[in-house]
Amino acid sequence: MNQGLVISDLTIEYGAIRAIHDISFEVKPNELVAVIGANGAGKSTLLRALSGMIASASGGATWNGQSILKTKPEELVRRGIVHLAEGKSVIPELTVAENLALGGLRRRDKSDVATAISESLELFPILASRLEQRADSLSGGERQMLAIGRALVSRPKLLLLDEPSLGLAPLIIDQIFNALNHLRTHLGLSILLVEQNALSALKIADRGLVLNLGALVKNGLAAELLGDADLRDSYMGF
Amino acid sequence: MIFIDTLLLGISSGAIYSLMALALVLVWRSTRIVNFAQASQAVLSTYIGYEITMRSHNYWVSLPLAILFGAILGSLIDFLFMRYLAKRAKSGPIAEIAPVIATLGLLGLLQSIIGLIWGNSFLQYPTPLSGKGFTFGSHTIPFSPQNLFIVLATAIVLLVFGGIFRFTDLGLALRAASFQPEIAQLAGIRVARIRNIGWAFAGAAGAVAGAVITPTSVLSPNSLDLLLVSGFIAAVMGGLDSLVGAVIGGLVLGVGFSFILQYVGSSVTFLAGFFILVIVLLIRPRGFFGHQVGRHA
Repeated sequence: MNQGLVISDLTIEYGAIRAIHDISFEVKPNELVAVIGANGAGKSTLLRALSGMIASASGGATWNGQSILKTKPEELVRRGIVHLAEGKSVIPELTVAENLALGGLRRRDKSDVATAISESLELFPILASRLEQRADSLSGGERQMLAIGRALVSRPKLLLLDEPSLGLAPLIIDQIFNALNHLRTHLGLSILLVEQNALSALKIADRGLVLNLGALVKNGLAAELLGDADLRDSYMGF
Repeated sequence: MIFIDTLLLGISSGAIYSLMALALVLVWRSTRIVNFAQASQAVLSTYIGYEITMRSHNYWVSLPLAILFGAILGSLIDFLFMRYLAKRAKSGPIAEIAPVIATLGLLGLLQSIIGLIWGNSFLQYPTPLSGKGFTFGSHTIPFSPQNLFIVLATAIVLLVFGGIFRFTDLGLALRAASFQPEIAQLAGIRVARIRNIGWAFAGAAGAVAGAVITPTSVLSPNSLDLLLVSGFIAAVMGGLDSLVGAVIGGLVLGVGFSFILQYVGSSVTFLAGFFILVIVLLIRPRGFFGHQVGRHA
C-alpha cells in the first residue's frame, strides 16, 4: 500500500531567506490537497523543494516511505512525482505531439506510452486537433491542458501543481479543475495543488493547507476551511 | 562555361562552409551556446587523424577514428568546463554570454596546445582522392573527386543528424533540453547527460569537417579559423537553429563568394561575406529557416 507523501518538520532555506519553517503534513494516496496563502507565503518554494529543484531543505519528506529530499527532479519523475511549475510547464518551441511524447521518453514500456498519450487526448480532446501545432500557438488554457496531459504520459502517482489556474478564464479554470478531480477520483492520483484561487481549489480539494510567511497556519478539511469566516476574509477575498 | 565553372567552385567551397556551419548549429541546438572553440576542436581532431593516417597509411582508417576523437573531445569539453560554468553562472546578464566567451578562451587554449605539440608549420594531409577536376572531353571542370567527397560528407552529416533530431527520442530530448532545460528536467529528462551528447555530436561533425576539408589546403593550428567565420555567417544566415538552413547558408555564401571572385575581384571577397550576411538579415532577420517567435500567453 502506498503510504503517500509525508512531510515532517520541513524547513527550506532559499538563499538567505528561510522560506518555509518547520511544517508537517501528509497527502494520502488518492487525495487532493490544496495549498493556499498570500503571495510570498512559500507555496511555490514548497513545491520546488519537493520536486528537487531546491536542494537546501532539511527535515523529512518521504513519498511512499522513501525520502525525496535532495533527489534530482528527473529521478523523482521516475518515482512517480511530477511537478508542473507555474506558468511554464510546456516547451513552446516543440509541437503538441512532441510535448506529450516528452512524458514518455524515459519509460521502457512504449506501448503503454502510446496508450497514455491517447488517454491524455481523451481527457483534453482539444489537443488532438492541435497535435502538429507548436505549443506556443496554444492559448493559456490549452497549454495548461497540454502540461497536465504530458505529466500523465509519465504515469505519475503524485502531481505537484503550481497555480494551474493562473491567468485563465473562469470557464477554462472549471474545465481544468474538473480534469484534476477526474484524475484523483478515477485514476487514484494524489495531488498537491498550490493555488491563489483558493475558492476553486478548495471546492475540489479533500483537504486544505494554509501557509502564511512560510508557516503552516491551518490544516483541515476543505469543507471546513470553506466555511471558516476568518479564512474567507484573509485569503479568499469574498 | 565560365558561369558553370564558377558555380561549381562555389558549390564545393560552399559545402565546406556548410559542414562547419552544421557543427556550429549542432552545439547551438543542443546547448544554446555559440561554440567558437569548434574550429580548434576540429583542428585537433584533424591532427589526430593526420597522425593516424601517417602511421596506418590509410585515410579511411583515420577518418572514423578522428570522428570518434572529435566526439570524445566535445564531450570532455562539456564535462570538464562548460558544465561547471553553467552551474556557476546561472542567472544575471553573465549567464548567457559567459559560456560563449569561455569558448573563445578555449579556442586559444586548444590552438596553443596544438602548436606546442605539432608546431606551427603547415602540414600536408593527403587523401586517396584526387584533387584534380573531372574531365569531360577537353574541358576539365573545377570540381574534383575530393570536392565530390566533401559534398557527400555534408549531405551525410545533414541526413544523419537531421534524422536524429527529427525522428528519434534522443533528438526530442536534445531539443527539449536546449529550449527549456528546467521544464525538460521536470519532465524527466536527464538534461546534463543529454547536453553532453549534444557536445559529442557537434565535436564529431566538426571532426568530419576538418578531416574532409584539410586535404584541399594545409593543416596548421589556425587553418580552420577563417572557415569558422564563414561557417558562422552561414549558420546565422540559415537561422542558427536549422541544419538544412546551415547547409543552404553555406552554399549561398560559397556560390556568392565564387561569383564575386570571378566577376568583381579577390580584394572584396571577405568583406562580401559580411555584406551577404547583412542583406540576408535585413530581408529575413530570423534567417532562412529560423523559427518565428510564437505568441506568449
